Amino acid sequence: MVLAMEEIRMKKLSLLVFMLMVLPLVLAACGTAQECPQCPACPECPTCPTCEACPECPKVAAGGQIVAAVKARGKVVCGVHTELLGFGYLDPNGRNVGFDPDFCRATAAAVFGNSEAVEFVPLTAAERGPALQTGEIDLLVRNCTWTSSRDVQWGNFVGVTFYDGQGMMVRKASGDTTLEDLDGATVCVTTGTTTELNLADAFRSRGLSFTAVTFEDTASVYSAYEDGRCDAATSDKSQLAAVRAGFANPDDHVIMDITMSKEPLTPVVPAGDDQWFDIVKLTLYVLINAEELGVNSANVDAMKGDANPSIKRLLGVEGSFGQEDLGLATDFAVNVIKQVGNYGEIYNRYMGPDGLAFELPRGQNELWSDGGLIYAPPLR
Amino acid sequence: MTTTHSAVLRPPAAPGPLEWLRKNLFSTWYNTVLTLLAAWVAVSGVRSILGWVFFTANWSPVAGSLKLFAVGQYPLDQIWRPGAIVLIITLLAGASWRIFGGTVRTFALALALALLVAGLLPVRMNLGLRLWFLANPILTGAGYLAGGLRLVRTRGLAVAWALTFPVTILLLLGFKDSAWLPRVATGVWGGLLLTFLLAVVGITASFPIGVLLALGRRSKLPVVKTMCILFIELVRGVPLVTILFMASIILPLFLPEQIRIDRVLRAMTGMTLFAAAYMAENVRGGLQSIPRGQEEAAKALGLNGFQTMALIVMPQALRAVIPAIVGQFIALFMDTTLAVIVGLVEILAIGRIVLNSRTDWLMLDSEVFLFIAVVFWVFTFSMSYASRRLEAALGVGKR
Repeated sequence: MVLAMEEIRMKKLSLLVFMLMVLPLVLAACGTAQECPQCPACPECPTCPTCEACPECPKVAAGGQIVAAVKARGKVVCGVHTELLGFGYLDPNGRNVGFDPDFCRATAAAVFGNSEAVEFVPLTAAERGPALQTGEIDLLVRNCTWTSSRDVQWGNFVGVTFYDGQGMMVRKASGDTTLEDLDGATVCVTTGTTTELNLADAFRSRGLSFTAVTFEDTASVYSAYEDGRCDAATSDKSQLAAVRAGFANPDDHVIMDITMSKEPLTPVVPAGDDQWFDIVKLTLYVLINAEELGVNSANVDAMKGDANPSIKRLLGVEGSFGQEDLGLATDFAVNVIKQVGNYGEIYNRYMGPDGLAFELPRGQNELWSDGGLIYAPPLR
Repeated sequence: MTTTHSAVLRPPAAPGPLEWLRKNLFSTWYNTVLTLLAAWVAVSGVRSILGWVFFTANWSPVAGSLKLFAVGQYPLDQIWRPGAIVLIITLLAGASWRIFGGTVRTFALALALALLVAGLLPVRMNLGLRLWFLANPILTGAGYLAGGLRLVRTRGLAVAWALTFPVTILLLLGFKDSAWLPRVATGVWGGLLLTFLLAVVGITASFPIGVLLALGRRSKLPVVKTMCILFIELVRGVPLVTILFMASIILPLFLPEQIRIDRVLRAMTGMTLFAAAYMAENVRGGLQSIPRGQEEAAKALGLNGFQTMALIVMPQALRAVIPAIVGQFIALFMDTTLAVIVGLVEILAIGRIVLNSRTDWLMLDSEVFLFIAVVFWVFTFSMSYASRRLEAALGVGKR
């Protein structure tokens, strides 16, 4: 008798254990089952515990669901870099700063009139695509190169904010100025990146030979270069400029006037919401046009009285350039410029002559009117 | 009948230091050469390391980013919240010292002393931080006094420790639309704070799950047994990195768009399940070491199945595998650094962030990583020290 009770108890215990183990599986199965109608835009029933429990979802217009989600949340969720000086890094208090987070702040200023209505999500390189595809982030501003296949798979690329390219750093004493001068040289490079492939392509296409010294992490590449183990080090020009500024004697090193790859760095939004795509694009156009028109965070209020009709339109004094159609305030550009600054101000804040990060001459990132590539459609 | 009295000889006296040296280090000419060589290597090694630590190394990235290392991006105006948690812990540590003594005393004292020394350091520090440092040892003292109270002694302390974890989470997270405790998203939790949270959750949650899995694997019910074996073998056959990747990248692709599982929660779940599978095997090893007679004897005494397991078998089984379990905990603590691939900024990620926050710090990776290694060593060594003391207290290997 005792033994029978015993077994029953044992069975009860086992059953409990069994239930504990199976429960998550059952839940998971419902979450992924195909026949269970999923209603992503249905806040009443995001999980669909059973197929019957899932109500009929309200119809949402083809566009606008990201905008609606952003407004409901009261924050723009931005995927950013946290370990790239100048572009996305942390200040000593842990605030996200850099060229990319500031673009994100500009977007928040456009939507909410508050540049701090932002939530930053640090992303690794591998997470960028999935984070966009799953809609975990509203905006990716993470030093992301615009390529055709990414454009097809990830979402919508807003517009180039920074033209980078792979460069080459050598010692000034070597006197090397062209790739031909580097025939037979040893070059320090990070392994397994496109940087390594571009390097090989550049040398092979010119029929030159070189020895690559590869390292896993960035710091080792430059330590090795500084110790004289390589004649040259290669990476994106912005990174070379950052590293050069950190050397004991920056002036002993030069970044050669060679560009071995095209790296148009571009913010990306998830696919499927044209309204959100347009809002972010318009924010970028405002930043660039403001610099072109000489409107900056210091003079934005005074500029409202300017006679130039383009400036009047930009600041919402008269006319319109489509901002109301997107649900933005008529004078949203004032908030953007006042709180974040124009394109040039953002650039100089981090990479200007007295920038917080390092100095990098604008080069291709000058306005088109100053011989660079930064160009935005007119606001009208 | 004659009894022979054999004189009891005293054991030989311990050799004097010179004698010891001669016997152990300079017994033959080649031992002498080896001793001198080893001494030279040791001295010059230590000298160059110390020289680097005190003169060559540039510790400014560490000294200038202590806030980041401690709590990551946790907002500066809310920093009193993690501070309050440490105060609670030092208070409870004081009470535990009074009640348990022994190893607990060592830890409570070490913690209080470390914070006291930090509070007295002659460096520039804001007053609030200095007062916070000094409040910690005072609270340890207060806790020690409170430990004498009957209420604390009987039940209060256990309840307080059990409440610490939920209080910690609520305090850190805050509440939506609250003026006093505004919500702080988990995305900004970081540094040592996050490392600790991941480790504590992983350790405390994986232990019961692991025990259940181990029992399930030994169950006579085929379904339970199969499920447990399946889970254990599946998880053990996959690297932790893969599980974290699954949790962070693949899982969201399967879930409906509106569901955003918190990143910290994702990592915690992945680590807990991973650790539980290993824990199950450790516990099963312990269970197998208990002779069948123990169980039979318990049943003969009239204990039921649950009592047999909880009172007779499991305590002995766990006692036998303390080193393996603690080893597992230490491994889990160090594995928290893998959370970096899910985009969580635990202390190692903070190290990389700090290196990349100023041009003149870009190349100082030796200093930053050495600092992180020392931090890890302090905690893992404490864990293994505690386990050794626990084994000694339980007499593992002696009786």
